[in-house]
Amino acid sequence: MRATIFVRLKRDVLDPEGDAIAEALARTGASGIESVRVGKVFEIEVAGRTRQGVVRELEKMAQELLANPVTEDFEIRIDD
Amino acid sequence: MHAAIVPFPGTNAEEEMIAALRFVCGAKITRVAHTERELPIDVDFVALPGGFSYGDYLRAGAIAKTAPILEAVRTFANRGGLVLGVCNGFQILVEASLLPGALLRNDHGRFDCRDIFVRTEHRGPFSPEARVLRLPIAHGEGRFHADDETMKRLEGEGRIAFRYADAAGETSRNANPNGSREAIAGLYGGPKKNILGLMPHPERMTEPHHGGTDGALLFRAALDSLKAP
Repeated sequence: MRATIFVRLKRDVLDPEGDAIAEALARTGASGIESVRVGKVFEIEVAGRTRQGVVRELEKMAQELLANPVTEDFEIRIDD
Repeated sequence: MHAAIVPFPGTNAEEEMIAALRFVCGAKITRVAHTERELPIDVDFVALPGGFSYGDYLRAGAIAKTAPILEAVRTFANRGGLVLGVCNGFQILVEASLLPGALLRNDHGRFDCRDIFVRTEHRGPFSPEARVLRLPIAHGEGRFHADDETMKRLEGEGRIAFRYADAAGETSRNANPNGSREAIAGLYGGPKKNILGLMPHPERMTEPHHGGTDGALLFRAALDSLKAP
């Protein structure tokens, strides 16, 4: 099964990398940018029979390693 | 003192940590590889030096928490053994949940490498008395973050070891080099405040030719606490 895990900084956490990218985009002539937030995307192929079992496994991965629960939220999408 | 130094792939500050422990504490040193599962039986101090373990992949310190040796460090720490994590070592301790919160990219977005001042806050084995110390920093991700509840608990339990301050010991926005919450530079953890994580590098300020010796105070205090009954 293929899945995607999106990891994003929580809204109340400052993102200086995103701010720097927003400024750089403005320098390239992009207009109307109000903010940029940087996150991570993990494309994962995982063996498993049931969708439910795979989702449980992915949640565990996200909680224990892929996301830092102090500062980040995650979202899991099963692709096929 | 018998100190175990645990370098990971990408650690680069182990030599000065070893030099400081030898010079200040006269410690016997054993390097313990990240692939080991046990620490030498008579070790009474564990140091996680600075650097960029695993290339800072994922998040600084995140991959190191999965290294085999980490469980031995965790057991040692939970039994009250002295553990010092400097810079990336602090990030590893936080990622491994041996200390609370998180260390994020500096608020100004740049890597910062210079001398700063910290003041000792709560007492502990590495900070037995009120002092202002000049110590070098060298990090891009040192902004301490924790939720309100955790901040209150750290204050209440007396776990704030060091705050960024000016030379007179006053905290201010200007004296905080990375935007850390409550100007936190170092934290105590463990059952006996036996774990210390801090972003500044005390091991790089231990001999007169380093330009100062304030960092030696932490190592000397740790040694004294081992000798205390």
